[in-house]
Amino acid sequence: MRRLKDLIENRLSRRSVLSGTAAAAMLVTAGAIAPAYADDVNTTGLAVTEDTVKVGILHSVTGTMAISETGSVQAEKLAIEQINAMGGVLGRKIEFIQEDGGSDWPTFAEKAKKLLVSDKVAAVFGCWTSASRKAVLPVFEQYNGMLYYPTFYEGLEQSPNVIYTGQEATQQIIAGIDWVAKEKGAKSFYLLGSDYIWPRTSNKIARKHIEKLGMKVVGEEYYPLGHTQFNSVINKIKLKKPDVIYAIVVGGSNVAFYKQLKAAGIDMTKEKPVLLTISVTEDEIRGIGGENIDGAYAAMKYFQSLDNENNKEFVAAFKEKWGDDIVIGDVTQAAYLGPWLWKAAVEKAGSFDIDKVRLASPGIELTTAPEGYVRVHENHHLWSKTRIGLAKPDGQYELVYETADLMEPDPFPEGYQ
Amino acid sequence: MFADYTWTELGSIFAMQGFAGLILFSVFVLMALGLAIIFGQMGVINMAHGEFMILGAYVTYLCSNFVEAFIPALFGVYFFFAMILAFFAAGALGALVEWSLIRHLYRRPLDTLLATWGLSLILQQAYRSIFGAREVGVTLPNWLLGSVPLSDIIEIPINGIFVMVLTLVIAVSVYFLMFRSRTGMQSRAVVQNRVMAGAVGINTERVDRMTFALGCGIAGVAGSAFTMIGSTGPTAGQLYIVDTFLIVVFGGAASLLGTIASSFAISQAQSTMEFFLSGSMAKVLTLLTVVGILMLRPEGLFSHKIRR
Repeated sequence: MRRLKDLIENRLSRRSVLSGTAAAAMLVTAGAIAPAYADDVNTTGLAVTEDTVKVGILHSVTGTMAISETGSVQAEKLAIEQINAMGGVLGRKIEFIQEDGGSDWPTFAEKAKKLLVSDKVAAVFGCWTSASRKAVLPVFEQYNGMLYYPTFYEGLEQSPNVIYTGQEATQQIIAGIDWVAKEKGAKSFYLLGSDYIWPRTSNKIARKHIEKLGMKVVGEEYYPLGHTQFNSVINKIKLKKPDVIYAIVVGGSNVAFYKQLKAAGIDMTKEKPVLLTISVTEDEIRGIGGENIDGAYAAMKYFQSLDNENNKEFVAAFKEKWGDDIVIGDVTQAAYLGPWLWKAAVEKAGSFDIDKVRLASPGIELTTAPEGYVRVHENHHLWSKTRIGLAKPDGQYELVYETADLMEPDPFPEGYQ
Repeated sequence: MFADYTWTELGSIFAMQGFAGLILFSVFVLMALGLAIIFGQMGVINMAHGEFMILGAYVTYLCSNFVEAFIPALFGVYFFFAMILAFFAAGALGALVEWSLIRHLYRRPLDTLLATWGLSLILQQAYRSIFGAREVGVTLPNWLLGSVPLSDIIEIPINGIFVMVLTLVIAVSVYFLMFRSRTGMQSRAVVQNRVMAGAVGINTERVDRMTFALGCGIAGVAGSAFTMIGSTGPTAGQLYIVDTFLIVVFGGAASLLGTIASSFAISQAQSTMEFFLSGSMAKVLTLLTVVGILMLRPEGLFSHKIRR
């Protein structure tokens, strides 16, 4: 529908412009001058015209990952709309081309190539899982594109062609463990995760930090993605009696895990043990049910309930565009930062050229970010605060702690290369 | 591994572990029964089984929202209505699918595999369009949450007991339906010799439709019950399908008793190994054992010894 509408509007406007000879003459002159002007800001043949610039949105809207990626798509569209309402980037309105990765990693690579090679987009906002990012990475490096990647992830990566707007593992993990050790007097941890790269790497970092602080890991376990039976591990946890269950379970497994934990009589509001997670955002709580996760703590950089002016405006705008019953999680907010960071970098560079945008990116700061203030690090990750939220039965987190300073992103922590 | 614990602690944990195994057993039986009926009685491999389960889950979700909004007084018992409704909704869809799709493919068993797989994709996308891509949360009545504490450590999850009782009820009903009723006899007759069954006046088309609908209906009830322990989303059915097939194939395709026996074996093995090893390793070992046994006994644990 939207595409049809655009088409009609385009055609109408073209016709009305062409209808007068004076206007036609103007068009010719403008045409003669425009390339020179466009060349200034675009020397590499990107899809930039005098008044528009094309960008890509590349997420899964079908398949398993659609559950998670929908929020990111919504956030990116909102940001683009707001930027356009403010006059666009270097005077050009952003037009987006949306492609569906279909929860299939080779499809992501193929669509990325299409966006870069045929559509010549100036930037791509997209990907969610590490697997999809790894699949598109060679494409972005070969064709020199720029990807804004929103998800918190395991780190151990830094590409000149990617800006990572979510937290890397150390930012999320270290602050969380410090907090639980200090505030809850934790001495022993049970590490639990889904069986793939992000939980495993994260737990490796967590274990190292826990042991560095002189505390103990009493168990570490992984379950296949999609696992739905957690009774055995819950029994094991009951036997080992850790002070903290450190859970990095993802996807549908999450729902099963928290429901069964509650059914097994572990009441998280009693904090014996404390449950600390880095994988459950407000989005996931929708599926889990607030009453099943009441009392758990999450360590991440953003919660929908954050009490600051930026965030209030953001949440209001988001709800106005996408409906009142929507919830906004950490990754959705990080996705929202993408277009804004890109806009700032382009304007600092005075050009859409990828190489210039890359050079301009480090040091870019956003004071309008819903999470507060963020700044791009030399290593293309963001300086950001880490926060601890307490899950409430209404499905929202209540902020209980935030780091005093911005956490420095450290995608290659010592000992993990 | 156990040196640090007292005997009471160990005893309690073993009791709870045994119970965890029994819950898993019930869950497996519930998942696999519908598939086993369709696969065993009709030879149709229903790849959309998981999606029929999720239909039941969504029906439960709708029921919970409806009751919460309009007749909150009945919220405590809505789950029972939801399960009955889920049975009929999934059964009706099953009958429709049999009529429009499956019956044209009876002589081409491999094509039913493809057709039902396609159906599963269609259903997934339909759920996504109707209910949204995100998982939905089903609110349960309070009495279904939590656990019954028997001692300091032993706590029995109420939803686990609920699933066990439900499985028992359904298994017994299926037994009576298949082996003690006229419909069941007709259905078994059609399986053994379709032409002859038709010749003695059994309406084989009707029997096929009923069997298929019954299998799908049971899947719907299973899905409804699983809202207590798992997630409800467009693709959540995929989480169950592999285990379900594993159980049916391992048990011997044509035998309902085999399905139950294989559920028991796999669930006990899995839950015991999960306790001593990690979750992923337990899964690997379970699968290896199953593959090994199937190499020796390709027809599964139980099979009909009849001449064809």
